[in-house]
Amino acid sequence: MTGTEQTPEPGPRGVTRRALLGGGLLGAAAVGAAGFVGGRATATTGDGTASGTAAAGTYPFTGRHQAGIVTPAQDRLYLAAFDVTTDDREDLVALLQRWTTIAARLTQGLSAGPFGAASGPYDAPPDDTGEAADLPAAGLTITFGFGRSLFVAADGTDRFGLADRLPDALVELPHFPADALDPARSDGDLVVQACADDPQVAVHAIRNLSRAAFGAATIRWTQLGYGRTSSTTTAQSTPRNLFGFKDGTANLKAEEGDALERHVWVGEDAAAADSHDSSWLVDGTYLVARRIRMQIETWDRTSLREQEALVGRTKGEGAPLSGGEEFTEPDFEVTGREGAPLVALNSHVRLAHPTQNDGVRMLRRGYNFTDGNDSLGRLDAGLFFIAFVRDPRTHYIPMQTTLSRDDGLMEYLQHTGSGLFAVPPGIPDGSLRTGSDGTPITTSDSPFVGQALFS
Amino acid sequence: MSRSRVGALALVALVLPLAACVDNDPGPAASGAPERALTVSSTQDACDVSSATAPSGTLTFAVTNDGSDVTEFYLLGEDGLRVVSEVENIGPGLTRDLVVQVRPGTYYTACKPGMVGDGIRAEFTVTDSGEAVGPTGDAAEQLAAAEDQYVAYVKDQVGALIAGTQEFADAYKAGDDEKARELYAATRVHWERVEPVAESFGDLDPLTDAREADLEDGQTWSGWHYIEKDLWPPLAADNGGTEYVPLTDAERTKAADDLVGWTQDLVDQVNDPAFTFEAFQISNGAKELLDEVATGKVTGEEEIWSHTDLWDFQANVDGARLAYEVLEDVVEEADPDLAATLTERFAALEGLLAEHGSVEEGFTSYDELTAQQVKELSTAVDALSEPLSRLTAVVTGV
Repeated sequence: MTGTEQTPEPGPRGVTRRALLGGGLLGAAAVGAAGFVGGRATATTGDGTASGTAAAGTYPFTGRHQAGIVTPAQDRLYLAAFDVTTDDREDLVALLQRWTTIAARLTQGLSAGPFGAASGPYDAPPDDTGEAADLPAAGLTITFGFGRSLFVAADGTDRFGLADRLPDALVELPHFPADALDPARSDGDLVVQACADDPQVAVHAIRNLSRAAFGAATIRWTQLGYGRTSSTTTAQSTPRNLFGFKDGTANLKAEEGDALERHVWVGEDAAAADSHDSSWLVDGTYLVARRIRMQIETWDRTSLREQEALVGRTKGEGAPLSGGEEFTEPDFEVTGREGAPLVALNSHVRLAHPTQNDGVRMLRRGYNFTDGNDSLGRLDAGLFFIAFVRDPRTHYIPMQTTLSRDDGLMEYLQHTGSGLFAVPPGIPDGSLRTGSDGTPITTSDSPFVGQALFS
Repeated sequence: MSRSRVGALALVALVLPLAACVDNDPGPAASGAPERALTVSSTQDACDVSSATAPSGTLTFAVTNDGSDVTEFYLLGEDGLRVVSEVENIGPGLTRDLVVQVRPGTYYTACKPGMVGDGIRAEFTVTDSGEAVGPTGDAAEQLAAAEDQYVAYVKDQVGALIAGTQEFADAYKAGDDEKARELYAATRVHWERVEPVAESFGDLDPLTDAREADLEDGQTWSGWHYIEKDLWPPLAADNGGTEYVPLTDAERTKAADDLVGWTQDLVDQVNDPAFTFEAFQISNGAKELLDEVATGKVTGEEEIWSHTDLWDFQANVDGARLAYEVLEDVVEEADPDLAATLTERFAALEGLLAEHGSVEEGFTSYDELTAQQVKELSTAVDALSEPLSRLTAVVTGV
């Protein structure tokens, strides 16, 4: 299936969701098995209906593309970048196998392991940490990606024999004007993006995955996000960023299948054009992450006139200053007093618009963040920008160079963290190994996310 | 006046404009009196104002462009010529508020679809509500005087700047690093006092005042901070792990000559007879100077090698205070509470700065400030910046 067909499935808990997992592999007997103990079966009431249907939606874990890209943007984010600590390729593969199984389980509302948080051997720690035990799946998606440093270390070392699979587009991002990047919030060998409508569910996912990584990988940095700042489907209303403006009006949407092929998914042609063998990334994409701190206090002292002029849209409705309504295309030719364009030359909407950027578009999936305050009592808050693009060299770097240099909003922005990751395709429907209770299990030959990279 | 009294006043002042539109406005249903919240629909051939009369005080015209051309809306005086207030550049479909204080009398409303011609006009009557409205002096004259004073100040500062820059450049080219280091911060004070003016000339600011982190890959660095780094060369650990390479004599000469050349450009532009700086630019400039302090100076990011941030800090505050002072008469009349708050908070911030030195005697190095001292300074900047951000609305609302 294509990602564009993904829809939430808020149906009854347990049985139906488990049936989604293994695709055709699951027999009726397995579905009906009552042997599944622990996990979150307790959330299911006696008549089999969900106790929290509102946020009980699940998205399929398997498919042509990974979930969490064109999936309708959930409300919450917990993203973690990892450093791989082992130098053994087999250990790395084993980690990805464990992660794949756990992610397949968690996204379907199951516990991380088959016993769950409150059962299993009494002298062993539970195989799930338990803080999400009574919660619905809350639309959880987990998306994995690989950093450039996984292929080639900073000193040029080919750490896992992957150097000849490094895609040309997995570049080192340049220093953009006014960058103030903190290495402790940047880069990483692996990235895991967990999105859910409940922050506890997203945090639970990262916590269990990082637990499964001990000895093979360790967290380098993480970011919590709330209040999605973009819409990935036409069914969603446009949310607002911390500047109080609607964000993501012109975002690529899940319904735009052709545009997704052109701007988001890595195609056969891109892989064929690469100097290395990067066919493993076909149907994958690239994830660009930027932690953009906003100078909230000075922004709040800025006149409405200047705020709107810098953004290029009205603050209320989000209409372009050239006129119309929110979804009216901005008209950059319209001029006002003294022939000055109504949508200013240094406005964000103009500089970021596809017509000013060789027609490229990106699928953004950003979130607001508030990480407490700095030592001066100012909010350490802003936008955690995430974009999925087919090629960062054409779809991100030129635009960001322009924005960092010319965007009037930059006076109120500071990029403090950065990451670029190659996101492999999804694992095929029906390929997961399942145990006797019908839930996924990890074996030495389990399929895993990014498997083609290691073949 | 005690500090808490000032705080309370500021809060009242912040709330009042809203209250004026809501609480004091009984609306036609309640009293039969005309409203202070009016709507205007501007189309190709009509300019429909919801009422032809309103009581004196703060009026809000919500102007909607229901036509297909860009439009603008004016409130004109009885002579049909004097512009009381205006809102321009309203794109089709958009609504803009015009908020204006109006005294009793006869006025004209006018929409100008396509932004040409005399506009579609109608008489508009403002009845006496008994409320005092706006300043009583001749505001236009006061603003003109403010603009003249500010331009004179700018000319004075850039005059001192070019002299100091020449001396600094000579010392640096001659290899007299000690003298150059001594002149560095004291000369920059004249730049930092009028920085919004320099920024209004586009390229000059990045050429002369860019920090290394502001650059994009491959871009050439120049200006004050380029020389600063050479005068206070960093250890490798503070230089991205690589050994800092001092500039050659030729590079020094070019850097120094460029700086003098660009500064001369600024001097020439400021002394051009056509150079003016309008009142709203002065008040916005004051706010921008404090924003500069808040984002760069108080964090120690501006002078990352020399740590002379407090000099720039003081200079920005000087510039903001001067900008405020030339407008003070206008503010006194339009919003005496705001004037009192600003006077008090400028004094508080300057008092705090004075604990760390002065432009004449020199300042404490930024890296010797304690976290507590930086926080105190930052808090004082924020306390001043918030009311200062309302200055333009007060000045232009006259």
